[in-house]
Amino acid sequence: MEASDQSGGTQGELTDAPDAVIGIAAEAELSEAALSALPAEVFAQSLSEYFRAWGRRLRNGESGALPIIGGLIGVVIFFQLEQSQFLTSVNLVNLFVQASIYVMFGAAELGALLLSEIDLSVGYVGAVAAFIIAELNQPPVSLPWWIGVIAGVGFTCLWGALQGTLITRIGLPSFVVTLGGLLAMQGLMLELATVDKTASGGVITLNGASPVYKLAGSQMSATLSWIVLVATLAGIAAYSLARARRRRRQGLAAPPLGVTLLTLVLTAIGGTVLVVICNSNTPAGVPWVVPFVVIVLGVFGFVLSSTKLGRYIYAIGANPEAARRAGVNVSLVRTIGFAICGLLAGMAGMVYESRLGSMSTDIDGGTIVLYAVAAAVIGGASLFGGRGRPLHALLGGLVIAVVVNGLGLMGVSTAITDMITAAVLIAAVTLDALVRRRAAPGLR
Amino acid sequence: MSISEESSATRGAGEGGSEGILLSLRGISKTFGPVRALAEVDLDVPAGSVTALVGDNGAGKSSLIKTIAGLWRPDAGEIRWEGREVHLHGPKDAEALGITTIYQDLALCENLDIVQNMFLGHELTRRGVLDEPPMEIRARETLRDLNVVTVRSIRQPVASLSGGQRQSVAVAKAVMSNAKLVIMDEPTAALGVAQTTMVLELIKKLASHGVAVIVISHNLNDVFEVADRIAVLYLGRLVVEGPASQFDRQRAVEYMTTGAVGRAA
Repeated sequence: MEASDQSGGTQGELTDAPDAVIGIAAEAELSEAALSALPAEVFAQSLSEYFRAWGRRLRNGESGALPIIGGLIGVVIFFQLEQSQFLTSVNLVNLFVQASIYVMFGAAELGALLLSEIDLSVGYVGAVAAFIIAELNQPPVSLPWWIGVIAGVGFTCLWGALQGTLITRIGLPSFVVTLGGLLAMQGLMLELATVDKTASGGVITLNGASPVYKLAGSQMSATLSWIVLVATLAGIAAYSLARARRRRRQGLAAPPLGVTLLTLVLTAIGGTVLVVICNSNTPAGVPWVVPFVVIVLGVFGFVLSSTKLGRYIYAIGANPEAARRAGVNVSLVRTIGFAICGLLAGMAGMVYESRLGSMSTDIDGGTIVLYAVAAAVIGGASLFGGRGRPLHALLGGLVIAVVVNGLGLMGVSTAITDMITAAVLIAAVTLDALVRRRAAPGLR
Repeated sequence: MSISEESSATRGAGEGGSEGILLSLRGISKTFGPVRALAEVDLDVPAGSVTALVGDNGAGKSSLIKTIAGLWRPDAGEIRWEGREVHLHGPKDAEALGITTIYQDLALCENLDIVQNMFLGHELTRRGVLDEPPMEIRARETLRDLNVVTVRSIRQPVASLSGGQRQSVAVAKAVMSNAKLVIMDEPTAALGVAQTTMVLELIKKLASHGVAVIVISHNLNDVFEVADRIAVLYLGRLVVEGPASQFDRQRAVEYMTTGAVGRAA
């Protein structure tokens, strides 16, 4: 990357004309490596330029989400060849619901990973939220469902904030604090199940009429599914076109119209495939949990990309010292990051119990944590902080769901499933490390 | 002899008394146990010029800039800012006055782009949402003002920038925070020839905007290239200070290594 400057103006030119442009770096003079480090939308003025820039990034190992999507397609083809019922609407709808759990836990873990921390407690934190929700909603307490949800998710959010406070104010390592949190929450979960006399054998069954049950256990009508899809796409289109227009009006670079349209078309194709699959299932319609996850990830993504809080989370993940010197309240932002972890883990627990229709102390919170970290990292978030988006949790969660679901269909034992998932995780982390090395040679 | 020695009372006379003097230090001392990091340092920093702070390792350069940046308080002495005595209780106080320090590590976030780095901690928002266009426009104007045109796009992450470009971003960040005094710690230490030239031009540009610049450097070539004034520290004492034109390499080296110039006085 140094070449970009050195190939530009020489010292002689500078002394002759001190006010002249210093070292003009024309495109041709920029090294391949320097160019490939740029996101394509940064400078592409047309669709074709965009594709060229994208191809350059690919060749240099800066591939973004492409390998994960490619890997996903590969795994899907493999399972379809092995088990012809894999690509049936029944199984795919089941897979989407299954994936929503991993996606939610992955998004929760992202709150810590972006800060270059880790939260090992998300699994049992989610379990505690699920028990609180179930116990408050079911007899003998029988409170309205939303009180249970607010209590459960509110508790886990506060728990996350408490862990964050211990980590940031006392300066304890997040690994240890959240390991303690894992044990504490497992204990609390068992206690909750013991206190509740209706939880026979540690199992509380959800009422089928409860919205919490319906989240994953019920679906929109086929018509509503189409309406929601069209409305969502229209919203995204209006937002991205308005944003690009506003930027152009102010004389700023905006992604070329072709790129915006292409993104929209791809999103529309994905959404249409999803709705077609779900509508051809019986009963027809998209499970409510799908729009729920999309909304949660959308809000999380908005907070990360468009608020000061999100900006500071990324800044702290990459360079806490720089953030501190810039006047950012680093402790507060990190604590909020852990609170977000707890909040999303609580919601993930709710999705978990909704899918099962009941909550049981048999939940393996330890494995869930591993899947959560795996989902985020496989999707493209960095374990080293500062890089990752909710979209990555979505992609990674889907990969894990496909692997778990496919191996389940093949009748592979849990032991083998665990080992294969582990291999996928290690491969993803290796990729992460290699990309970092290639993207920033000689840095740290 | 116009270079004022340590004992001289005429320091800064060339600048016309306190006119144009942004920062003046009088009798600044700092000790750590038996170690005297700074001993009775007097220094005037005029606005719109580049003051180079030179000296061997352990001469007290870092101690001095840490005092000015408010990182620690001197044991004795007085800091005057625009003619008024000030007490710096922390970096925030120095920042509030308009003192920005650019350390060697630059304090940039590699994953954020140039605009995001320049506005870090001072983001503009509209109804709680980051308002990107005005930030981008202001960042672009600031960079253009400083003649920083080598960057391909101000939306590229800092990770993709060269060392010189990163230095430019750090300087632009200081300019945008309306800094009146920019302290740069070894700005060219890790740079190649072309990039060093670029950063030195940038420093001159910064001074021409009326900003006072203090540059710490080991590299005398750079010092003579960019500095209007030179101040030499030796074992915690400021042994000599004056316009750069009155130094030559040999004198500067002698002051740096022995604290005095034997035959020239």
